[in-house]
Amino acid sequence: MATPARPVAYGKGLRTLSIATVVAMTTSLSLVFFYAPLEAEQGFLQKIFYVHVPLAIIALCGFVLGGLLAIQHLRTRDPRWDMRSYVVIHMSLIFAVGTLISGSIWAKGSWGHWWVWSEPTLVSFLIIFLLYATYQPLRFAIEDPERQSRYASVFAITAGAFVPLNFIAVRLSTAYLHPRVLGSTSNLPGPMALTFLVSLLALSLLFATLCKYELTAKHTRAQLRALRRRLAGESTGAPTRSRSAAPSLHHTTAPARATSGSAL
Amino acid sequence: MSGVQAPERPAQTARSPVRTVGLWRTVGALLRKELLVELRTLESVPGMSLFAVTTFVVFHFALNRGSVEGDLAAGILWVTLLFAAILGVNRLFVADADQGGFDGFLLAPVDRSAMFIAKVLTLLAFLVVLELVAVPAFALLLLGTPLGPALPWLVVTLALGDIGIAVIGTLVAAMAVRTRARDLLGPLLALPLFVPIVIGGARAVSPLLVQAHPPAPAARWLLTLGLYDLVFGLIAYALFDFLLED
Repeated sequence: MATPARPVAYGKGLRTLSIATVVAMTTSLSLVFFYAPLEAEQGFLQKIFYVHVPLAIIALCGFVLGGLLAIQHLRTRDPRWDMRSYVVIHMSLIFAVGTLISGSIWAKGSWGHWWVWSEPTLVSFLIIFLLYATYQPLRFAIEDPERQSRYASVFAITAGAFVPLNFIAVRLSTAYLHPRVLGSTSNLPGPMALTFLVSLLALSLLFATLCKYELTAKHTRAQLRALRRRLAGESTGAPTRSRSAAPSLHHTTAPARATSGSAL
Repeated sequence: MSGVQAPERPAQTARSPVRTVGLWRTVGALLRKELLVELRTLESVPGMSLFAVTTFVVFHFALNRGSVEGDLAAGILWVTLLFAAILGVNRLFVADADQGGFDGFLLAPVDRSAMFIAKVLTLLAFLVVLELVAVPAFALLLLGTPLGPALPWLVVTLALGDIGIAVIGTLVAAMAVRTRARDLLGPLLALPLFVPIVIGGARAVSPLLVQAHPPAPAARWLLTLGLYDLVFGLIAYALFDFLLED
């Protein structure tokens, strides 16, 4: 584990990213409300499409990305990969809640029901959401931080592979009952496709920014805790760890504390 | 996925002066031990079978029906088998975790994948025995159509489903057994992962239970089950080592 004794400033590039996100979100919302034409059948309600579908795409990509980061964690045993995997999955879970809620609203508006079992994407999404909802309880139930991160990575990889497979299975089970209308962007008219792509970009940026914020906050908190401990002269002894589902970065701050202890 | 491997394993086997035992001999020994333990304690399989039969009775009263067929029959059969399987999954590693089975295995100079293969085969054997009891009981108690003509394809579907349940069940059991809330986490983790098995299995079985001369099930359901078995078999095999490292 080659970690720098003195952690570099974390939120690097955070300001640029935040500004880009604000600009992109503003542009995309303006396009949604003022540029994109009203859809003939659904009217204003169809605008939720520009939020719902990007949220779903990003959440699913986030889940798969969490699995890829977990592979990297198991390969290198570097706890920072576990932290990234955790943050990405955590954020995807939040986006997934947004997807379910917006999907429900859309379903209520266009089909008259809050929940429709014949819509395969909605159903597979719910299953994936239920699976990932166990990610935090799993972490929370394992005390040893090293084992917690290892088990969480195994879960993240399995669940990441489950995402596409589950979609295939659920899609197959309903494909002949309910043909999809807005299956891809290829049958969208030009202005709608453009708005959709800008929304997708804006929400992706939002996802990246939120992930980076959480990572920065976690790193900063770990660094602060290590500094406080050093200030209190507690350079010896195991760090007291409160029970938590979030991975802690005691691994990375531990070498720093060791060197500082010998210097003192 | 095959690139993910425990880094210390090759080094260990190279350094070790002890001649390592072949993988399949280890699997054989472990499987023998598992089945022997089950035969002596009778902890899992009788409980699973009894649970399945009792669940059929519960379904009879809950649905207020003397007999079922088609979709309903397939659903009841799969849900019951799945919940009974989860009972077995929950118990699969308990003895190893509580009574030092893991430590003993890790001290032995053998390939760690052997434990995965042995546990999958054990769970598979449990499921086969469970189904030998549960399927005839289902036909006797609830099924409204004759079982005989449906049997060949039913066996194929159940076998494909069982492999998936065994593979994922073993991985989830190993993950849940050393957590604080293992009885809760096991089913919570397993159930969403089993949903594709239920989809494939129930859709494949339901046309078999409709009439006296059932058609063969649509190939895509069997393919879904096969794909599930293959993908998760490989993933679980690659990842299982990481659950054993302490």
